[in-house]
Amino acid sequence: MKIDPIHQFNIEPLFTLGHIGNHTIAFTNSSLYMFIAVLLIALLMLASSRDLVPGRLQSVAEISYEFVASTVRGNAGAEGMKFFPLIFSLFMFICVSNLVGIIPYTFTISSHLIVTAALALLVFFTVLVYGLYKNGLKFFKIFVPSGVPLYILPLVMFIEVLSFFLRPVSHSVRLFANMLAGHIALKVFAGFVAMLGFSLGALGWFGGVLPLALTVALYALELLVAFLQAYVFAILTCIYLNDAIHPGH
Amino acid sequence: MAESHGEAKGQNAGAHTEADGGHHGGTFPPFDSSNYASQLVSLAIAFVALYLIVSRIALPRVGGTIDARQNKIEGDLAEAQKLKDESDAALKAYETELANARSNAQAIGNETREKLNAASEVERKALEEKLAAKLADAEKQIATTRTNAMSNVRGIAADAAGAIVQQLAGVTPDANAVNSAVDASLKG
Repeated sequence: MKIDPIHQFNIEPLFTLGHIGNHTIAFTNSSLYMFIAVLLIALLMLASSRDLVPGRLQSVAEISYEFVASTVRGNAGAEGMKFFPLIFSLFMFICVSNLVGIIPYTFTISSHLIVTAALALLVFFTVLVYGLYKNGLKFFKIFVPSGVPLYILPLVMFIEVLSFFLRPVSHSVRLFANMLAGHIALKVFAGFVAMLGFSLGALGWFGGVLPLALTVALYALELLVAFLQAYVFAILTCIYLNDAIHPGH
Repeated sequence: MAESHGEAKGQNAGAHTEADGGHHGGTFPPFDSSNYASQLVSLAIAFVALYLIVSRIALPRVGGTIDARQNKIEGDLAEAQKLKDESDAALKAYETELANARSNAQAIGNETREKLNAASEVERKALEEKLAAKLADAEKQIATTRTNAMSNVRGIAADAAGAIVQQLAGVTPDANAVNSAVDASLKG
């Protein structure tokens, strides 16, 4: 039995939608899981009741709302609430797709760099466009921290500009790498269990206990990471938007 | 699975068949640029749909429920505070009223006691005066009676003296002489 920890990341086209230039646009397993995530979020937010005393489903919907709302308010201020729908969509999309993704045999959307890069660039350009629209040239104050001595200012500005343009890279790679590495690790450890069981017989059954225990522990960790990375992505978005709303630190 | 994947790719993407064939053995799927376009298109559709659902329907709906609850709780708390204030005020009013009534009762009691005291004093004085007048009357009467009695004694004494003289001497004595003798004797 061959165990391929990379196989889970394969993109399988389900049917072709059309062509743009040289590119074939296919509806893939990734597309399917994107729409599953959207559907689950819509179900959660729309199918829950609107009682004064919330039930379980309604509580989950309201807790998500208030959790993201307080994150936005805390990190980007009251003005940041303009971007609440965007950040809520990002957080829920990543969180739900990550949580769906750790169910065995499913696909994890954010294990593909192109997806996380697209989301990170969306945030990057939102920050850039809104910052320039709102503050004009004052937006560039974010590159000039106040209270820095003049002789090291060029260096600080260089670092600030560099870090600003590297933001989408770190923003996207962080999520992508976490999900990818976590899923590979899970698959590798789970693979050990099967390999030992199949190759060493009774001894392997005992030997498989350790990697099985590790798989369970890693699974719990991945559950945490799935949520945490969505939260980190959302909170970084808030912090970046805060720069656009209130430049000049 | 890998074979079927390759076939699907081959059928779907004619232009990429060769590249896919090359990719499939070694390329790490996340870095396989042949599927970037598909993913970007679905991501764009899915995310825009999600954004519209979230911003137009979901968030106003859930936010509205939360706000309604918040308003209800605040309203109820304000109502409770109002009622508490009212009951506090009522208690205060009751206590003031009670204190007023107490002091009124005290005042009325004092007044009545003083009035009654004064009245009884007046009555006592009147009674004393009446008694004193009666005493004086009685004393006067006693004095009169005594005087009368004394004058009667003189007459009786004079008569007795005249009768005694007549019995002893056989002569009727002169009334004047007897009277003066009795007076002198009474005086003595």
